[in-house]
Amino acid sequence: MEYKTKVQAEAGKQDITITREFELPVDLLFRAYTEADILEQWMGTSVLKLENKRHGSYQFITTDPKGNKHGFNGTIHEFAPGSRITRTFEMENGSFGVQLEFLEFEPLGEERSKLSIHSIFRSVEQRDGLLKLPFAYGINMAHDRLQEIAVKLNHQA
Amino acid sequence: MNLRRDVFQAIADPTRRSILLLLASQAMTAGAIAANFDSARPTISKHLQILTECELLQQEQTGREIYYHFNPEKMKAVADFIEPFRQMWDERFNKLEAIMKKQSPKK
Repeated sequence: MEYKTKVQAEAGKQDITITREFELPVDLLFRAYTEADILEQWMGTSVLKLENKRHGSYQFITTDPKGNKHGFNGTIHEFAPGSRITRTFEMENGSFGVQLEFLEFEPLGEERSKLSIHSIFRSVEQRDGLLKLPFAYGINMAHDRLQEIAVKLNHQA
Repeated sequence: MNLRRDVFQAIADPTRRSILLLLASQAMTAGAIAANFDSARPTISKHLQILTECELLQQEQTGREIYYHFNPEKMKAVADFIEPFRQMWDERFNKLEAIMKKQSPKK
């Protein structure tokens, strides 16, 4: 089966490439990255700051299901409307360091477009750590659920 | 020293990746594998040991020789690791697409 969203992460390398084709004109796709209220909806984050320009910066804060807050920030190095954003990305309480991100927006005819995100990490270890995060999170969630069930069962006993 | 042997650790090394690539097409003896590299024979043996410990390679006795086979099942474990990450982005992008379709004045 062909996936819409593809992730390329070669073993032993310190980068990740994410590609996705959208049934959207490229300008609409680009707006999803530049308008704070839209970005908040699909990223599930609060936007504290979003300066769409060279030398601008951004700052997001996300609240996870447990109520913990996670900050993200970065600086914009290149901003070409409708085609390209080059920026840094940092998870403030993570151990993954700062990443360099190249976002490329490409039209595929009038109504379709493609987004490529190329992220470069300082080391292979940092990249693998971030890649494994949703996997680890999934395991933790499953573990928490098991614990909840176990606690309930204990109360019933 | 970290003695934990996982697939990620095993494939982080370029020589070990070359060995896997070599064995992907055919089973080979340690001697034949070593002949493809400039590294000393004990170094290659160490790599083969690590790859075997994490089950990326399997040994098989044929007559007097031990052949190393590539185990593709284990490589799938790496792909499975990435899958939750891919799904996370897929969900985000599905949401993005749905939101932007409503924004479009044409639709």
